[in-house]
Amino acid sequence: MRKTRVLSVVAVAAALAVGACTTDDPADSTDEVDQVVDDEAGDEADSEEEAEESDADEWFVQSEYERQLAQRDIEPEGPADQPWLQAIEPEYVDTAEYAQDGNTLCFSNASVSNPWRVTGWITMQQQVQVYKDSGDIGEFRVSDAGDDDNKQISDIQAFVDAGDCNAIIISPSTTATLTPAVEAACESGVPVIVFDRGVNTDCMVTFIHPIGGYAYGADGAEFLVENLEPGSTVLALRILPGVDVLEHRWAAAQEIFADSDLEILGDEFTEGDGAAIKDIVTQYLQRGDVDGIWMDAGDGAVAAVEAFEDTGNDYPVMVGEDELSFMRKWQETGMTAIAPVYSNFQWRTPIEAAVQIWNGEQVPSEWVLPQAPVTEADRDEYLQRNADMPSLHYAKFGGENLPGYPEAWQDR
Amino acid sequence: MSTTVDTATAMPSRRRRLGTTELVYMALLGVVVIGAVIVAISGGNLLSTANTVEMLSRSSLLGFVALGQTFVILCRSLDLSVGYVMALSSLIGATTMAGDPARIPLGIAAVVLVAGGIGLANGLIIAVLKVNPFITTLGMGLIIKGYLDTRYKGPAGAVPEAFRQFGYTRIGFVPLSAAVMLLAMAAGIAYLRTSRTGYHMYAVGGSEDVARLSGIRTGRVMITAHVLCSIAAGVAGLLIAARFGTGSALVYSSGYELDSIAAVVLGGTFLMGGRGGVAGTLAGVLILAELDTVFNVLQVDPFFKEVLRGVVIIAAVAIYARRQVERRATRARFGGDGDDGGTGPGRAPDRPPDSTAGGADGDQVVAGHGGDR
Amino acid sequence: MTAPRPAHRSSGASRVAGVASALFGGGSATVFALLIVIFAGIFAMNPSFMEPPSLMAFIKNAAPLVVLAIGQYFVIVAGELDLSVGSLVGTQVVIAAALIDGEESRTGPVLLLMLVFGVLVGLVNGLITTVLKVHSLITTLGMMLVLYGANRLWTGGAPTGALSEAFRQPGRGGVEMPVVRLLPWSLLILVAVVIAAVVVMRRPYGRVLIAVGDNEQAAAFSGVRVWQVRTAAFVLSSVMATLAAVLIGGYAGVTAQVGEGLEFAAITAVVLGGVVLGGGRGTVIAAMAGALTVEALFTLFNQLSLPSTIRPAAQGLIIIAAVAYAARERSQPAPPVDDARPEPARS
Repeated sequence: MRKTRVLSVVAVAAALAVGACTTDDPADSTDEVDQVVDDEAGDEADSEEEAEESDADEWFVQSEYERQLAQRDIEPEGPADQPWLQAIEPEYVDTAEYAQDGNTLCFSNASVSNPWRVTGWITMQQQVQVYKDSGDIGEFRVSDAGDDDNKQISDIQAFVDAGDCNAIIISPSTTATLTPAVEAACESGVPVIVFDRGVNTDCMVTFIHPIGGYAYGADGAEFLVENLEPGSTVLALRILPGVDVLEHRWAAAQEIFADSDLEILGDEFTEGDGAAIKDIVTQYLQRGDVDGIWMDAGDGAVAAVEAFEDTGNDYPVMVGEDELSFMRKWQETGMTAIAPVYSNFQWRTPIEAAVQIWNGEQVPSEWVLPQAPVTEADRDEYLQRNADMPSLHYAKFGGENLPGYPEAWQDR
Repeated sequence: MSTTVDTATAMPSRRRRLGTTELVYMALLGVVVIGAVIVAISGGNLLSTANTVEMLSRSSLLGFVALGQTFVILCRSLDLSVGYVMALSSLIGATTMAGDPARIPLGIAAVVLVAGGIGLANGLIIAVLKVNPFITTLGMGLIIKGYLDTRYKGPAGAVPEAFRQFGYTRIGFVPLSAAVMLLAMAAGIAYLRTSRTGYHMYAVGGSEDVARLSGIRTGRVMITAHVLCSIAAGVAGLLIAARFGTGSALVYSSGYELDSIAAVVLGGTFLMGGRGGVAGTLAGVLILAELDTVFNVLQVDPFFKEVLRGVVIIAAVAIYARRQVERRATRARFGGDGDDGGTGPGRAPDRPPDSTAGGADGDQVVAGHGGDR
Repeated sequence: MTAPRPAHRSSGASRVAGVASALFGGGSATVFALLIVIFAGIFAMNPSFMEPPSLMAFIKNAAPLVVLAIGQYFVIVAGELDLSVGSLVGTQVVIAAALIDGEESRTGPVLLLMLVFGVLVGLVNGLITTVLKVHSLITTLGMMLVLYGANRLWTGGAPTGALSEAFRQPGRGGVEMPVVRLLPWSLLILVAVVIAAVVVMRRPYGRVLIAVGDNEQAAAFSGVRVWQVRTAAFVLSSVMATLAAVLIGGYAGVTAQVGEGLEFAAITAVVLGGVVLGGGRGTVIAAMAGALTVEALFTLFNQLSLPSTIRPAAQGLIIIAAVAYAARERSQPAPPVDDARPEPARS
């Protein structure tokens, strides 16, 4: 009886082994890659470790903070009506070595687990369709890691091992943990494009991102400082701890609040859940006045506003996001608010970059996209443009001139 | 000595377990064959080296967690804290090693110690304080989460390059991590088959009261199972650290606790304890990894993937349950043999893994309790 | 089984004792004690919490979890588990938003459709568990994955549409009143549900449900159709999840994360209420108290201004300690003779 089990195990193993033998042995190429990756990563690790020791505020880097705040005022290069092609202070790199006729594009996505990523993902697919129709892109291969870093490492490895990707786009789920995998992808010789969150390496051809988390957090915090009397109270609502993009937003806000006369009542984690947000805000209102709300992402901003309505309090000065449900509520109530933007149109840029790289055109090594908040001045214009879009859509999605507009975003 | 235990109590159950384990491997073979055919139709090759390597490396992490989960489920317990233990272990491992190759053994030792300590706490709370395992490990998970969120604001520590070989090196087409996982699985099989505690796990899972009455120190067995489970999760955390090059707290949101339970049950281990084994778990893990690979190669929509996974898990367990019901029907006349730990032929197949607090005595002392409530 | 027991003891004093033990006895005493302690703590920190408007706000927020806990109670007391309720709440809110799409007139039909969908999910859970003999943990885990994926597959990953004002009323609105300012509909709904649940548990069905959870075989031998009873419990749980979806959708509107993690919160609440996983013991009132305790705990943490990263740890410790304390009470040896002992499957 035991034999049958052993036999079935052997059968499966044999099936796998036979399959493995049908193609060439990977050992020679991959081992080499692994070795190089390990060397580089070793150095990398040392520098990280040093950073670790100055533990005071590990998410705040003064120089980067200042750089991002300055970038907000720099006029980006490129066509003003196509912000996804604009770049702030670009340093172009030559990509002639990657020029090729191959057109298989591979994309390792962190996840589509929130409305911001869903909106961007639709935009990206529409952009890909344009280049598929024009013949620039042949196959578009996608892996979705479902927010699991380890799975994304496997996904990237799978692209590298498959060997037929002509370019790999990576939207990392976590900065530090994906670094080795991105380095391995670079070592394989395929042009690598990273966007949204970064990685601790500059081996990729281009790294595409909006100005960044510090600028996002500062936009909201500065607005509160300007629009509230000194001594006013502010409640900070945050999604999750430990996520770099979100921690940067909060670090910048803290920096600005520290220099102001505002009183920060507390910072609470809500996981973006409307019920949790409404409960927390209601409780703070029971204990005293809340004059302003700062949020590190707009998910559930409407629930926060409703807490003020339901308890009969005056509207606070509100920091939301360019998510339409919030912007519509803002217009409806006429409260004082700002919608910081983490430019959703950046999902178009990696596709453009891939095609440019295949054509041997120069691309910025760090492609910093503009990132401007929606203010009361241009709020109504953006709402007008997106009038038929669902409520969890993002105003600055930048897909209006794509052929699938508007159905692709409406009928999700 | 252990052979007497074997023939007396474990032998009949082995016959039954064999049926399920066999079935699980048939299912694995089926998944591989069907997957290969579908992938071939769409113009790919599922059995290519790249895909096989991918499948094996996907399996290794879940493999460690599921191995540990098997022990506790055999004891009619379960562990919902494994994801948090993994996250904590990756951080402890990475910060202890701090990029220094000489500190690798220290890092491993620290992880084993801390993870083992958590398992010990879980086991003690379940066995001594009689708290339901579901609540114990859910609560323990929350406690660790609180610690992680407070202590670590993001990825921390650095893993020396030598240790990262654990995550990235391959021997032929087998990733080192998968090879270590397979060795651990083999050790797990040997442990359950040859050690006395291994046998006792089946007995405790079958019926804690009967096990206790026949002289088994059930508390110790339960604690051992939980310590092993947490250490296995700790090793998975080390693998995470090796793969990431640093420790990461966010691993806890990846859902390894439910995935590992699904893998164990998919491997034919009875969620009510007492039946199953590590060999089945290995197949369960490989089935999930192979499915993932097939979905990946076929570019299945990530949401549709979740639907398919849910259906596959339910369907597989329904098939196993069907066989068990049939077998029980034919074996009813032997009623109450050692296999079920004496609970009788008709022990409910679908009761939750309550074990310590209520379930086991609910079966045994049918009319005896109820007075003090 | 717990509820009808006092009837066996007739004399006055012992009847009071019986009622007290039915309410507070066994593992349930802990939860009431804990609830009182937590409320005292909140009151000490912030006396204004006891003002009616604050209490009403607390009820509005707690109502969905209480309803879910009552649903989960039916399943747990019958010896099963339902992990699919969190996903179901999320799916129902998404269904409501997508189908109502802001049109007031569609509210009624969509509510009906949600009810049908809820019953359907419960039936599938129940039948897979009872007929196909799949452990309910696996059935409902599978259902959780299926609902999670299917709902996002349908809407493309993020909820679309909008809820109507009428849909939001039960969770958000209320009756204007002098003292409490606003008597929330959710409080009235909650009271109705609790009364209905208590009545159900006193009816033959409730007794059979407990009997099945306590000892399936004995129940089966006395003629109970176990599969029907359990399937009905799953249907009740899914219907309660549907109601919770109406309340939570009304309370907070549509967010992508709605419903996440509610299954564990509901199970924790029920177990905290002294209801034993594995079935056969505990009262629905205690389960409800468990849910209120969980919510009150969050309020207390908030009043204490506990750093939000530490809260999960404190919550975990308190839950384990409370359940351990309840288990200690329960595991004290029973008196050898107890003539008031009801047969598990009398009805």
